[in-house]
Amino acid sequence: MLLTCTDVRKTFDSAVVLDGLDLSVGEHEVVALIGASGSGKSTLLRCVNLLAEVDDGTIELDGEDITNPKINPDVVRRKIGLVFQSYNLFPHMTVLDNITLSPVKVYGRPAAEAKAQAMEWLERIGLADKAGSYPDGLSGGQQQRAAIIRALVNSPRLLLLDEVTSALDPELVGEVLTMIRDLKGDGMTMILATHEMGFARQVADRVAFLDRGKVLEQGPPAQVLGDPAEARTRQFLARIIEAGRL
Amino acid sequence: MTPEVHHPSDIQLGRIAYRRGKAIRSVLAAALSTAVVGTLLVVLITGAPGWERVKQSFFNAATAREYLPSILEGLWLNIRLFVACAAGALLLGLIASVLRTLRGPVFFPVRALATIYTYSFRGLPLIITIYLFAFGIPGLRLQGTPNVTVLGGAAITITYGSYIAEVLRAGIESVHPSQMAAARSLGLSYRQSMRFVVLPQAVRRAAPALLNDVVSMQKDVGLISLAGPIDAIRAAQIATAEALNYTPYVVAGVLFVLFALPLIGITDFVTLRAARRQNAGT
Repeated sequence: MLLTCTDVRKTFDSAVVLDGLDLSVGEHEVVALIGASGSGKSTLLRCVNLLAEVDDGTIELDGEDITNPKINPDVVRRKIGLVFQSYNLFPHMTVLDNITLSPVKVYGRPAAEAKAQAMEWLERIGLADKAGSYPDGLSGGQQQRAAIIRALVNSPRLLLLDEVTSALDPELVGEVLTMIRDLKGDGMTMILATHEMGFARQVADRVAFLDRGKVLEQGPPAQVLGDPAEARTRQFLARIIEAGRL
Repeated sequence: MTPEVHHPSDIQLGRIAYRRGKAIRSVLAAALSTAVVGTLLVVLITGAPGWERVKQSFFNAATAREYLPSILEGLWLNIRLFVACAAGALLLGLIASVLRTLRGPVFFPVRALATIYTYSFRGLPLIITIYLFAFGIPGLRLQGTPNVTVLGGAAITITYGSYIAEVLRAGIESVHPSQMAAARSLGLSYRQSMRFVVLPQAVRRAAPALLNDVVSMQKDVGLISLAGPIDAIRAAQIATAEALNYTPYVVAGVLFVLFALPLIGITDFVTLRAARRQNAGT
């Protein structure tokens, strides 16, 4: 297993957000996290990336306990890419500089080499002409795709996608989802928190339903989304269907 | 394909004509009220019973010509002092503001020191700081004590550094935490995230307020005269005593305003641009 979360607990003051959560992800596997707002999807991703500290339990990456306080979080984060719901591109840098910042400053790679690699990626997704633009000159979908490249150029072992299409206009969702589908084709290991059930069904190898800080049910998309075993999963999916999102 | 030329409708033409008429009326009204206020002011001042005396002792052309060179020479000291103090205060402010944002128990002493610094020097009147530095430090009779100009300049630098630190800290805190999170998620250390992501955005946002502090410093370098060096104000004071006429002070004042004008213009420009950007932002 590439990632193993065991009995993970996370609280904010009196609110228990993750309550003994177990989840493992194998290499080249794509796992979709679904569940209501507040069920702990984003918090889990932040804990895996060490942006939030767990309050109990362990998270292992490549067999190494990354919740050990002796570990250097900067080193762990280099193995994990994270893409945010609100893109979080750096507004004072061009798209190209956003992408090459980490390779150049963290890995000390030559600027020309990092630039060439970034341009290769931008060409692949048709954003090469936006390399010199600032983020506010791009559409939401373009910004999010640039943010995904920024997370990818360091060749992470694991890519975390936190509701990456939630802030987008409906007609821009497709271009981001196409990109994620391509990444799956490349064999990228991904955990994606999502509200796009249709997409989860298509791209995920496994769907995990989070409820009250635990994985209540998980399995192949067809089973969890089509024939859920748990009553709470059925309730959640019924609400999604009602809202016209499935 | 040639683009089709749009012909405005009669309704739109009517609106344009109405707005134009309104604009012309506004300009006329502004011109008239300016003329009235201006005339009233001139009549009021020149018609005052003591005007002839005031004109003689504050606006004497011959005295102004006579003492202009010595005041200009003094102003050169103010200009040099201003450049040095501004650079020093910006650097000091940057250091103090970053120290104040550090988290964790290890940094408690530096954080506390930076906090005490910004609290005390923003409260202490600049005049008192100058006296303490220029007359207190030489009193220690330490070897290699710099001259009073340097000591007075240090007082100005340290006082303004504390204001600039607070402006910069507000700028740093205005950058959304998600920017720091994004930088850290890319493997950048806290220092790297601060340097490449947070500080550049903070300085851009704080630029209008920072420049305003620098403009304010530009006139306050004149307080160095309290410590003794012959700057523009001290030169004017000496001239006033010689000529038994206050015109040299007016000359020094006008020179200070002229010296400040370019930077005030830049500040207005930067503020305007920042406001426009904020309004255009999504």
